[in-house]
Amino acid sequence: MHELSVAHAVVSTVLDALPSPDTRVLQVRLRVGELSGLVPQALEFAYDVAAQGTPLADAVLVIERSPIIIACTTCGDQPIASATDFRCPVCGEPCGDVVGGKELEILDITLDDTALANADLVGA
Amino acid sequence: MTTRIVDLRKGILEKNDLLAQSLRGRFTDAGVRVSNWVSSPGSGKTALLEALLTTAVERGISAAALVGDCATDNDAIRLARSGAPVRQIVTESMCHLESEMISTYLEGWDLATIDLLVVENVGNLVCPTAYDLGEDTRVALISVTEGEDKPLKYPQLFHSADVIVITKTDIAAAVEWDRDAALAAIRSVNPAAPIIETSARTGDGVLDLLDLLTDLTLTHSTQLQEAP
Repeated sequence: MHELSVAHAVVSTVLDALPSPDTRVLQVRLRVGELSGLVPQALEFAYDVAAQGTPLADAVLVIERSPIIIACTTCGDQPIASATDFRCPVCGEPCGDVVGGKELEILDITLDDTALANADLVGA
Repeated sequence: MTTRIVDLRKGILEKNDLLAQSLRGRFTDAGVRVSNWVSSPGSGKTALLEALLTTAVERGISAAALVGDCATDNDAIRLARSGAPVRQIVTESMCHLESEMISTYLEGWDLATIDLLVVENVGNLVCPTAYDLGEDTRVALISVTEGEDKPLKYPQLFHSADVIVITKTDIAAAVEWDRDAALAAIRSVNPAAPIIETSARTGDGVLDLLDLLTDLTLTHSTQLQEAP
């Protein structure tokens, strides 16, 4: 159950990226590869816990899954359907060279900029 | 309400990965081969490591070990009998080791005097997979008392391994271990990693594993990918 460690890492990375500490975060979008070893449901649960009491508390977590892609020497990059069968889906040759599927990244965050926009207006 | 989307494109475990990379650089500079052993609890990691460290000491190889467990220093006490320096990392409730723990527990050890560092991860087939510790070789172990299809049930770990070790082969017949089925399961998640069959009790395979882990001509797949 390392999803809680991962969720804390998500929260702290997002907090570091905020323009001001009280900026409200509306959405956090992650890419989680099929080979990353993370369970999306467990991550969602852990995220709710980790986000409590932070500007991320109301932010929706969107998890994009990315497929495992192998680099077949004959057929090039090919997505495979299952982590239990590392063979090229086209030619059937076993292949362990992975070029996609290990992703564990924060893609983007959506911020509530209302406070900042108002501040700009006052400034103008 | 005014909203704004900010592109981050940041690795979630970037902090761990950056420290692991810097550790890997220190290990390479000091000429230390480092392996990260991952398996389920009870698969025989510690017994095999005891045999491996003892053999290493006998052959004049300077070996050391870091051992992760949620509680107790029982494993460190067992391993220290080999004569190699050993430190226990007690993780409390943490289910895996992170690079920061490795960095902390290495303090005071002169890496230049170590040839082989073995990191025994917390017994767990899931969580350690995501955490780079700066190792050059990740070792996944499976004992003959586990199901032959274990690699299929935990493909992420077995796929990520550079070496796969089968343990407790001395009791394979007694537990009706289906070797062919196990090898097929391993190969379907990891077509290329060397597979070494071992018994800590008889010593079978221990030298082969030691040779592999100390062979300086082998480089980690990550390093190969990163080479220009």
